[in-house]
Amino acid sequence: MATVELRFSAQPEHVRTARLVAAAVARRAGVDEAVLDEVRLAVGEACSRAVGLHRLGGVTTPIRVVLTEEEKTFSIEVGDEVPGPGAAGVPGARAEAPAEESDEGDGEDEMGLAVIRGLVDDVEVTAGKDGGTIRMSWPITPADAEADILS
Amino acid sequence: MDLSLSTRTVPGAGGDRTVVEVGGEIDVYTAPKLREQLVELVNDGSYHLVVDMEGVDFLDSTGLGVLVGGLKRVRAHEGSLRLVCNQERILKIFRITGLTKVFPIHTSVDEAVNAVD
Repeated sequence: MATVELRFSAQPEHVRTARLVAAAVARRAGVDEAVLDEVRLAVGEACSRAVGLHRLGGVTTPIRVVLTEEEKTFSIEVGDEVPGPGAAGVPGARAEAPAEESDEGDGEDEMGLAVIRGLVDDVEVTAGKDGGTIRMSWPITPADAEADILS
Repeated sequence: MDLSLSTRTVPGAGGDRTVVEVGGEIDVYTAPKLREQLVELVNDGSYHLVVDMEGVDFLDSTGLGVLVGGLKRVRAHEGSLRLVCNQERILKIFRITGLTKVFPIHTSVDEAVNAVD
């Protein structure tokens, strides 16, 4: 099991770096070339969401991205440290979405999740008192199978 | 890659259209620049916009949000916002989010500029 872990401060400019790293590791792990665009987009959405949550909640700890290569799957876990359910009253706790529409920008969090759910078949979104996690995984094309196709 | 923006006015069948040529990546970092550009155009009285996305390498939901915001602004002035895009990877994002029903998407700047409702 090969794992690459990335931590970055909640700055929008670092999201691109996370996308590039995730795509590079996914390619190395054997994720199909045709799916790499989806990996790039999904990890970008998950990281953008985490950056937004950290900034909104004034959380200064870094965002965590764990890329794991398993036998048949490649998984990406994006974790934020914004307290969720069960952490009411904690400063920085993730707030309910504001009811009124401010201007553009509202609903991006939901749109980001919609994009992730639309792109990734295997996705799990959890929110605990220590923060939230988005876990996504993709199948890996086994090296043997690839060799069979090529022969 | 950073975001590049350039604007020009093109006469169309229904009057002048402002073409915004976008290049590079539209994401959580660069989308505010596109938002500023669209807001500025509307504030200056350009209500019929064509956003040419042929040079866009990457678009995420933040970018979609900015485009929806732009559409909202031009519509307040009975204007229009049309997109030009032939890239499957970008079109897919509009499809997933159902926004193909919201934005008129054209295959060329010429077609978008001359389109009338």
